[in-house]
Amino acid sequence: MTPGEPLIQWDWIASHLDEFAFRLGEHVELTVIAVGVGFVIAFALSLLILRMPRAEGPITWITGTLYTIPSLALFALLIPYTGLTILTAEIGLVGYTLLIFINNIVRGIRGVPADVREAAVGMGYTPREVLWRVELPLAAAVIIAGTRVATVSTIGLVTVTALIGQGGFGFLILIGLQRFFTTELIAGAVLSVALAVVADALLVLLQRRLTPWAQLA
Amino acid sequence: MASTRGATVEFRDVSKRYPGQLAVDRLSFKVPAGKICVLVGPSGSGKTTSLKMVNRLIEPSSGSIFIDGQDVLHKEQTALRRGIGYVIQQVGLFPHQTIAENVATVPRLLGWANARIDARTEELLALVGLEPSRFAARYPAQLSGGERQRVGVARALAAEPPVMLMDEPFGAVDPIVRDRLQNEFLRIQRDQGTTVLFVTHDIDEAIKLGDRVAVMRGGKLVQYAPPGELLAHPVNDFVAQFVGSDRGLKRLALLTVGGVDLDTSVARASLSSNAPVLAPTTTLRDALIRMLASEAQVGVVLDGQRYVGVLTLSKIGKMIRSDT
Repeated sequence: MTPGEPLIQWDWIASHLDEFAFRLGEHVELTVIAVGVGFVIAFALSLLILRMPRAEGPITWITGTLYTIPSLALFALLIPYTGLTILTAEIGLVGYTLLIFINNIVRGIRGVPADVREAAVGMGYTPREVLWRVELPLAAAVIIAGTRVATVSTIGLVTVTALIGQGGFGFLILIGLQRFFTTELIAGAVLSVALAVVADALLVLLQRRLTPWAQLA
Repeated sequence: MASTRGATVEFRDVSKRYPGQLAVDRLSFKVPAGKICVLVGPSGSGKTTSLKMVNRLIEPSSGSIFIDGQDVLHKEQTALRRGIGYVIQQVGLFPHQTIAENVATVPRLLGWANARIDARTEELLALVGLEPSRFAARYPAQLSGGERQRVGVARALAAEPPVMLMDEPFGAVDPIVRDRLQNEFLRIQRDQGTTVLFVTHDIDEAIKLGDRVAVMRGGKLVQYAPPGELLAHPVNDFVAQFVGSDRGLKRLALLTVGGVDLDTSVARASLSSNAPVLAPTTTLRDALIRMLASEAQVGVVLDGQRYVGVLTLSKIGKMIRSDT
């Protein structure tokens, strides 16, 4: 940043709206894939834990360890194997969602009141019907709460993947840093935060739509 | 009109063993179709375990249970359960479904047509005293405890099951609501003709609701009899103690003035005007209380306007001493 240069050059912003839209698309794509794939894997592992409580220790240990690895180090370690690709980014991003998702799915389903489960079984629901018609709908609020945390943290982490050639809005931050160009840097940061806030709000709306009964009582 | 016909339920030599514990010990008894059988006993007596073996939430270790002569162990579990109503103390309504959806649970599992489900749901809500237009679209969280338990009963009856299992269904509501729910339950059961197995630890509830009462202790059936007989002839000290030292009074609550051999030799005109007027349907317990409270010590029995006779304390005493 050269002395006398304003912190934000609005004319630069106005002339780069196309790029913002492009980066938004990238950012959303990286996030949606990570959250979607993470959810599916976590869902399968959660069912395993609920059926075989012995699996909980090892799974929690692995996903917990994964969660503690600094993101930059994880991406760097993966590059020799998967290169500067979207796969490298997604392996890391998916890995970070697992602990959050598993924790919430398992907690949500275990939180279903015992009497509700007993009534369902007693009236002749099969185990599969108990899961899909009773346990998952009742766990929805907790699971969506986990999805909010996973989504917001993924949106933040996506910016780091700019260092391995991905990044969405993170790309703006990275370039802004390299060029000492505060306008681009701030634009990247503000847009990332805005995306996280909007995504979070949408998930809150989704939860209200899916669990109208939870708003009562 | 009875829209369903109850089935007979028979326990034949049923035992349930857990490691280091015999929860139910060679239980054998038969419940006639359309009757209410109350399993009563202290906690740990095996009554709930016995109930849950009927719909196979618990599998017996040995012995058989027959519904209308068919061994429940030979039926597929979910099909068996869909054919048996089930009501539990905490009700277990689905919080994420409306009252109508809750009631429709089993009919939906059975694949009934929507129109039939809607008609049945409305009929049942009305039957349990919940105005369908007010309650159908509500969620369980918006109902009181008593209302929720009514929905629980409606849900259990939805697919017209020949047998209904009830595990302390009125245990969690306050005494006034419980009394009302018990009376409504009796009316509904007579109306539907369902055979009911009912678990409680409350002997008064057992006597009030049961056509037959099965007293259990330590996994064993101690006595199986109609409530009047249980009160008149407890088989041992345990049952005598369990039914209470006031069992004579409790029995009077089961007997009515109409069942007494009244003294008809006394002219009505000779009776004190303070004597309470009793109907043949008045219970002897109520009659006794009113007679003791009056100066006359006797009761005038009127059937409508017609004078039937005089009830005296000695006649009541004779009923307490009588065998049947």
